[in-house]
Amino acid sequence: MDRAGAAPAVLPAAVPVPVPVSVPVSVPVPVSVPVPVPGFAAARPAIELHNLTVGYERHPAVHHLSLRWAAGSLVAIVGPNGAGKSTLLKALAAELRPLSGRIEGLVGRRVAYLPQAPQIDRSFPVTVQDLVQFGLWHQVGALGRWKGAHRQRCREALATVGLQGFESRTIDTLSGGQFQRALFARLMLQDADLLLLDEPFAAVDESTSADLLQLLKNWSASGKTVLTVLHDLRLVRTHFPQALLLAREPIAHGATAAVLTPANLRRALGMREAFDDLAPWCEADAAAPLGTPAHAHEHAPGHTLHQAGGRS
Amino acid sequence: MAALAWFAPLWEFSFMQRALLGCLLLSLSAAPVGVFLMLRRMSLTGDAMAHAILPGAALGFLISGLSLGAMTLGGIVAGLVVAVASGLVARSTILREDTALAAFYLLSLALGVLIISTYGSQVDLLHVLFGSVLALDNAALALLLGIAGLSLLALALLYRALVLECLDPDFLRAHSRRWSALAHYGFLVLVVFNLVAGFHALGTLMAVSIMVLPAAAARFWVRRIQSLLGLAPLLALVCCVAGLLLSYHADWPTSPAIVLALGAVYLFSMVFGRFGLWRQRAISPVHLKG
Repeated sequence: MDRAGAAPAVLPAAVPVPVPVSVPVSVPVPVSVPVPVPGFAAARPAIELHNLTVGYERHPAVHHLSLRWAAGSLVAIVGPNGAGKSTLLKALAAELRPLSGRIEGLVGRRVAYLPQAPQIDRSFPVTVQDLVQFGLWHQVGALGRWKGAHRQRCREALATVGLQGFESRTIDTLSGGQFQRALFARLMLQDADLLLLDEPFAAVDESTSADLLQLLKNWSASGKTVLTVLHDLRLVRTHFPQALLLAREPIAHGATAAVLTPANLRRALGMREAFDDLAPWCEADAAAPLGTPAHAHEHAPGHTLHQAGGRS
Repeated sequence: MAALAWFAPLWEFSFMQRALLGCLLLSLSAAPVGVFLMLRRMSLTGDAMAHAILPGAALGFLISGLSLGAMTLGGIVAGLVVAVASGLVARSTILREDTALAAFYLLSLALGVLIISTYGSQVDLLHVLFGSVLALDNAALALLLGIAGLSLLALALLYRALVLECLDPDFLRAHSRRWSALAHYGFLVLVVFNLVAGFHALGTLMAVSIMVLPAAAARFWVRRIQSLLGLAPLLALVCCVAGLLLSYHADWPTSPAIVLALGAVYLFSMVFGRFGLWRQRAISPVHLKG
């Protein structure tokens, strides 16, 4: 993994790509990331971002992201408001098409995404059991039959998040934190390889978030990759082995202690949040990987050009 | 026995028997569709779609007179065109779905009234606007039967996807784009089919009432969607019977009598239902321990 080896920025997908392992050149943090569960790394492919840029209307919310998450990684994504954290999750959940660059390691993988404010109609007249059992959609689909085993798994999932006895309650009677726990039970049943959680503890009390954190750790230990957007740095430092600090571009990525340094956090806060309508086309900048010269990042003219939003 | 005599017209006259059968079929298929309309907050969308099918029915009428097949086909085509067109406009322009739909259904309604006023008589217009539940012939009954069967089958197949599409549409889309589209558009097709069925009996203006009112009334009595889907058709049928008899004894027009019966049940439920105004007010101040 010689970064000076200057591979072209975009390679044919079939070629095993010698990618930069984690961080762009400019980032002063350790490059190699510890793989928590080496045994699973072989079974499940890592997720790799190659010079990924995602955003809206050609303005990048976050750009030039190249890194690699081994299977079983437990990663906190931190950064100021508007840093591109949620946008990155949306791209990973395939809800948003990248402006340029690509994501590898997700073909044929199940991805579960819990948005910051899921568009769920909480007045809809169904029970907690009804809501949670949709987590088994990948098994029963739209037409399959519910079996006793399925119901049993729902009950177990509800018990794991501390909602035993809530099965036949309608969802409009749940508190915000209870509802969040029900969504975690649904996540559990989804049994995805990659879990994307956006501010999952925002409305949750301390003891519940401790329970849910344990769940995250169990998922990670069983080889699932868990990416969590968080604002509580104390929580990140205590529970997350890896962190990615974003400020519309990657500031640092790697072991949490090395990422959340005062210098890095200061740099992240200096980010310019608003899109700049007059921004010029994004020149190859300091954050461009592989030390390539100007304009090496293969913007096809016309449709994949993006503007360097806050950087002019 | 006097009470029984009041119900007697239902089995004494064949036109009442036919009307009753038509109402039964309509209640079975339209009321469950109405439950989903209500839960998707599309009650007024249903109303707009009902207006939108008018020019299609009118064109069918223009081409082949008061022909069941032509008017049905025309109504279905017009309804689907408006549904798809407003969906496309909502997706590809800055207009939201409600405005796009309003624009198309108003156009459609004006076109329909124009066609009927220019080429038809007042009586025809009244027939299309207010239906003719007391004049259902064999072909009309067969049509209602076909649409009811189709609706119930489609609802059974779409049920899980439709519930998820209402509850958490992003989640369904993430799992299966195919089922997400199927639930969304399949449901619109169901609405159009049931409106066309309803317009033969109740007329275009009131066809949507047998969808929306029973569902709204049922909401005041039961909590779960399964119960709503069971109770709404029952309420619809009871109101249809009441409306038919009321119209017979008081010599009132039938469609408004049925709709008013539905309205009365709705108002009663709103006040006296388990989750209605009265019970919620009068609930005991003593609360449980846990």
